[in-house]
Amino acid sequence: MTEVIKGRVWKYGDDVNTDVIFPGKYTYTINDPSEMAQHALEDLDPEFAGKVRPGDIIVAGKNWGNGSSREQAVTCLKAAGVSALIAKSFARIYFRNAINNGLPAITSPDAVEAIEDGEEIEIDLEAGEIRCKAGTFNFPPLPETVLGILEAGGLIPYTRKRLGIG
Amino acid sequence: MGHTFAEKVLALKAGLNEVTPGQIVEVEPDVALSHDNAAAIYGLFKKIGVDRIRIPERIVIVLDHAVPAPSTRHAENHRIIRQLVKEQGIGNFFDAGRGVCHQVLVEEGLALPGELVLGSDSHTPHAGVMGAFATGIGRSEMAVVWATGRLWLRVPETMRITVNGRLPDGVTSKDLALKVIADQRSDGALYMSVEWHGEAIRALSIEARATLTNIMAEMGAKNAYIPPDERTLAYLEGRARREFTPIYPDEDAEYAVELEYDAGGIEPMVSRPHAVDNAVPISEVAGTHVDQAFIGTCTNGRLEDLAAAARVLEGRKVAPGVRLIVIPASREVYKAALKAGYLETFVEAGAMIESPGCGPCMGNHMGVPAEGEVTISTANRNFRGRMGTKESEIYLASPLVVAASAVAGRIVHPRDL
Repeated sequence: MTEVIKGRVWKYGDDVNTDVIFPGKYTYTINDPSEMAQHALEDLDPEFAGKVRPGDIIVAGKNWGNGSSREQAVTCLKAAGVSALIAKSFARIYFRNAINNGLPAITSPDAVEAIEDGEEIEIDLEAGEIRCKAGTFNFPPLPETVLGILEAGGLIPYTRKRLGIG
Repeated sequence: MGHTFAEKVLALKAGLNEVTPGQIVEVEPDVALSHDNAAAIYGLFKKIGVDRIRIPERIVIVLDHAVPAPSTRHAENHRIIRQLVKEQGIGNFFDAGRGVCHQVLVEEGLALPGELVLGSDSHTPHAGVMGAFATGIGRSEMAVVWATGRLWLRVPETMRITVNGRLPDGVTSKDLALKVIADQRSDGALYMSVEWHGEAIRALSIEARATLTNIMAEMGAKNAYIPPDERTLAYLEGRARREFTPIYPDEDAEYAVELEYDAGGIEPMVSRPHAVDNAVPISEVAGTHVDQAFIGTCTNGRLEDLAAAARVLEGRKVAPGVRLIVIPASREVYKAALKAGYLETFVEAGAMIESPGCGPCMGNHMGVPAEGEVTISTANRNFRGRMGTKESEIYLASPLVVAASAVAGRIVHPRDL
């Protein structure tokens, strides 16, 4: 994976739940990633799906992704081109789903406070650094298991590798 | 130093002498639960490149999220699941109409004290009512469990909640849960294991306890646990599918957070739109107009819940212009409610009774609201758009309060009917 992620920021608040990231009514009727992307954040920010660009980064408050275990709340953002998530904290199943789909999820309350909506920022996963207009913020390195899954591009390819398939 | 329930059960399942919070362990689940998302999981499973499910005897699939199928696409999803069940020889498959997966898992004696349950649903902590360690995971993770029989978990810190005294008459475990969530907020137990202790918990029926473990997902918890006691063992008599050994926390276990509540001080609570932790005593929202009332779900669709609603509705009518929808959480509950006469009471009152499943809880069918309408529900979530349109409002409460509100056409304390 790319060691340094660069992108434009979409900033949101606290406690954004999976129902507004990807509505439950679509969970058994929409399976195509590009169609999922069209409904990303539909009930939170109706402008997002039309204006998001590949590489964009979501920066959010505490408890991002609370609620349902639906993995589409991660895959719709990935399909929309989102390259990373930074939050004050993540709901636990959401965090696992993000990592398991190869989408870096970084916890950094200080960086979230400092970063402004729309600015361009950089994330250096290896160095554990977020670089934004307000300065550089460090985050604790991700656990080895988690990094291994991200490097493989997600849990499915990681498991294939471990099982010696492909 | 002693260990919490979570530390003891995860050490056992990881094959280690002891574990500490923060440690990442690889565990073998006793049960792997899925529902309508099993078709998507099978797609991911095939991507891994393994032909056969490694532990078919530990897989449980219950169709509940959209049953009976409301559209051709939903029906196709169910068809794929029935096919995979056949292909992979999964014995513990429960087709449409059996009930909501969490309720069915417990009724079928498939989640037992001291066991590890992984479920591809966020309300999997429900099974902690039996003294199991039960936690929600994603679809990709379930695909890996199907392929390998194993998964990584982070050993959680533990929150101990002790509830002393007794709940007053007309106050239920739902009210207790909403009070605790209102105090601790939606991330109060983020990543944590929650243990419920105290005389007020021991005094609750298994059905009422299940509401507590189920809804801890709304406080961010990884799992929730109620120590198995004589009620648990009596419930499992004739149900348990396997031998089991209960696990209890050590007396000197170390807790990250310890809370105490006095049950006698709890009053009926209502969660306001659009968050579960936005809960207040009913007096603060009494009088709010409602268009629809819904009694059901894995949170409050059990016999005791229907009995409470029937007591309120006996000899009364649903207010003109209000729809009341009742969905028993399982076929077992449905049959018992039929026998007890509750269903007749509901029909006499003007309610609609639908077949067991999740119903309108996440906006699929069987009573979704129109834009601008207000629903009062016994479910566990009231997020914006949850029931289909973001232009509607959902209030959450106990079955007593929901039934009373259906009669009044506004949110009302049952004693004020």
